[in-house]
Amino acid sequence: MGGNSEKTINVTLKVWRQRNANEKGKFENYEMKGVSTDMSFLEMFDVLNDRLITEGKDPIAFDHDCREGICGMCSMYINGQPHGPKQGVTTCQLHMRSFSDGDSIIVEPWRSAAFPVIKDLAVNRSAFDRIISAGGFISVNTGNAKDANNILIPKDAADKAFEAAACIGCGACVAACKNGSAMLFVSAKVSQLALLPQGQVEKQDRVLNMVKHMDEEGFGNCTNTGACEAECPKGISLENIARMNREYLGASFTQNK
Amino acid sequence: MATSPKLDSKIPEGVLEQKWTKYRSTMPLINPANKRNLEVIVVGSGLAGASAAATLAELGYSVKVFCFQDSPRRAHSIAAQGGINASKNYQNDGDSIYRLFYETVKGGDYRAREANVHRLSEVSGNIIDQCVAQGVPFAREYGGLLSNRSFGGTQVQRTFYAAGQTGQQLLLGAYSALQRQVGMGKVSLYTRHEMLDIVNIEGKCRGIIARNLISGKLERYFGHAVLLCTGGYGNVFFLSTNAMGSNVTAAWKAHKRGAFFGNPCYTQIHPTCIPVSGEHQSKLTLMSESLRNDGRIWVPKRKEDAEAIRAGKLSPNSLKEDDRDYYLERRYPAFGNLVPRDVASRAAKERCDAGFGVNKTGQAVYLDFSYNMKFKYGKVEATIQGIENPSEKQLEDLGRAVIKEKYGNLFDMYEQITGVNPYQNPMQIYPAVHYTMGGLWVDYNLMTTVPGLYALGEANFSDHGANRLGASALMQGLADGYFVIPYTVGVYLSGEIRTKPIPTTHEAFEKAEQEVKARIEKLFAVNGTKPVDYFHRHLGKVMWEKCGMARNAADLKSAITDIQKIREEFWKDVRVTGKADEFNPELEKAGRVADFLELGELMCIDALHRNESCGGHFREEFQTEEGEAKRDDDNFTYVAAWEMKDVSNWELHKEELKYENIKIAQRSYK
Repeated sequence: MGGNSEKTINVTLKVWRQRNANEKGKFENYEMKGVSTDMSFLEMFDVLNDRLITEGKDPIAFDHDCREGICGMCSMYINGQPHGPKQGVTTCQLHMRSFSDGDSIIVEPWRSAAFPVIKDLAVNRSAFDRIISAGGFISVNTGNAKDANNILIPKDAADKAFEAAACIGCGACVAACKNGSAMLFVSAKVSQLALLPQGQVEKQDRVLNMVKHMDEEGFGNCTNTGACEAECPKGISLENIARMNREYLGASFTQNK
Repeated sequence: MATSPKLDSKIPEGVLEQKWTKYRSTMPLINPANKRNLEVIVVGSGLAGASAAATLAELGYSVKVFCFQDSPRRAHSIAAQGGINASKNYQNDGDSIYRLFYETVKGGDYRAREANVHRLSEVSGNIIDQCVAQGVPFAREYGGLLSNRSFGGTQVQRTFYAAGQTGQQLLLGAYSALQRQVGMGKVSLYTRHEMLDIVNIEGKCRGIIARNLISGKLERYFGHAVLLCTGGYGNVFFLSTNAMGSNVTAAWKAHKRGAFFGNPCYTQIHPTCIPVSGEHQSKLTLMSESLRNDGRIWVPKRKEDAEAIRAGKLSPNSLKEDDRDYYLERRYPAFGNLVPRDVASRAAKERCDAGFGVNKTGQAVYLDFSYNMKFKYGKVEATIQGIENPSEKQLEDLGRAVIKEKYGNLFDMYEQITGVNPYQNPMQIYPAVHYTMGGLWVDYNLMTTVPGLYALGEANFSDHGANRLGASALMQGLADGYFVIPYTVGVYLSGEIRTKPIPTTHEAFEKAEQEVKARIEKLFAVNGTKPVDYFHRHLGKVMWEKCGMARNAADLKSAITDIQKIREEFWKDVRVTGKADEFNPELEKAGRVADFLELGELMCIDALHRNESCGGHFREEFQTEEGEAKRDDDNFTYVAAWEMKDVSNWELHKEELKYENIKIAQRSYK
């Protein structure tokens, strides 16, 4: 079903191969013939890997899990763009109908000092978890909460908080940034909680701690190129960075510690 | 029928409404100084795992969390779309703890435990409070109050949601609570670690063997208690809405070490998924049940029209209202498109089998928003905006904006995958494997038949009977993690305060690690010719065809033989590339598929022994004249808990289900 215009194409893949974090990597070429345009990009990699295994070769390691664009695990840098040419989608949601017969497709891992390569196209993004641990939460132990409807939140604020919270933590923003900055990721969490009444109590500590930790993890600075927003599969807006900068400045001037 | 002496459900005495409160108030406590010395291992970091780990750490226990993903935030709970139920009665439409309890038991076709379900319903409201306090951005009305919608199997609006990303938002809430504890040093986090066995010492579970997926090293961890929060086993079907990595391995290893497996054949086939597109298909994608609030399901009334549509000669949009068969509304006028999932799935299969399917494979029906877009939302918007006598085109445009706000991300996802614009054409959908109600057997404390080993969330069998209602999985995962296990684990651990941590040099750890190592070596040693996926696809096909939406004795018997053959072939001809001591996704997959190849057989044995139809388990031999599931309450009102004796050899134990508060009846949604 689906693509009523299903057809097949031939493409050449140039894929980054790297045994582990310590060894040097290089590109390898793979010819893919008769690829259905209804196939997802990762399904094409499944086919390629089955072929490599049958030939007795090492399959390509790549991260993926939910394959419906929400877990944030998949992470391929395709033809110079995180998650490939199509806007607003993760690699797993990219389908071969976005490519043409005869295309040459370069596939690399996320490249950033803070995301070391594990193998081939898989990288280590645990720095993101540590930034959340530094302050990306509201301190409320289980059982402390009052009735949910006692907190009234204007729909507009709730919607904006939701839009910021839609971040999937994939790291495309970092991969897209020439400085390897994590500002979009961090600001999305800071914004979500700063927009909500529940987040007010800790908002100063939160932004200061998260930004401090972001710097310690080796992410670069933000120079407002906007590449992060352009490549974000969830449309997280640059406004969040502006909001975080405001929060950060405010907190820096008024904090009494 | 008598309950097996091996299955003590530990349901507290007393009237249903007071069981939990009374039990909670009288259970033994552990003082804070002792809690620090008690170590709890949590395997899995989805809603159940993350919420349990965070809460136990808040209480003062020392917690270790393991997940195979690169971050706890990626557990598959993240993909849940539609919502979470709670009996808040915010809509003033007659909801109550009792009603949610009753509807869950009825929805499960009277195959769930009353006491567990009532407790679930009691704590459901606390979950919403907790999540809001954490900053979970649920949908709201203009007055600032929380918004609700309807889900299948109910006639009230009790589902809380965050667009089509409710699971994501709830998981990120639990994840942030977990990361807060990690930051305070109260939880140690082990990402990219896969549990490959449990370690039992003197009859109690005392730890796990995990493989560090980056280095490939096997590692040993001690715990006074071990919590398996490892999700369901839908991927035994190869194609399902589960994530690619979702697997049964943790639960299966526990099963092989003495934990009984409850109702393995209860599988939920979700009615609204994007149909299979071709041989290359790696997984199926759900379209949230919330879409059935506004989407109407139909196929053509006439076979000629269905044939013309399949051949691409007729567009569904040009088919007149009278020529469409809204078959759910026709068969179930009281619930219409919002019948429970099992009923909706079977009805779709029935129409497609009868030749009315609408895509080229004949296995798809329409989910159509055009009517409600125009006449439900368009009209209201037109009135609000003061447009008199709006044209149909105007109504459609106005309504489209509302639909977009409600379901925008789902519509986008549909277009991404199929290449078809669902605002202009009705969606094509077909049932797919989505959830498994079966799982490790647990008592009221959520403890398995192995002392000290617990199962939470989808990994246990407990609350949904033979069919789960929509928006109840998130509720159960978080109920278990936030509000049940933090209490019930204390019942056991209060007896363990004198147990010093057992060094992992203990011979039981040594032996378990050696066995894990031997299994890995055995996988490499086969050195055959076919990739792991070949066997997985093969298994999935057998399961779907013979142990799927409709089952019969003959098919199930042949499925058992088929699966044994595939398993034999797997161990003769699988090829696992690479080495054990490196990052090796193929090896991970091979181990998981080896376990699915054993589980599949048990599912068929369970389905074959249950000579009745109930919920998601539909045996063709047992149906009413109208084709509805026909239970046999005299002989099958029990939980089937299977004890593994040997390869292909299980012993059945029965836990009788007693209904003291609900009158068992034929389920009707007409």
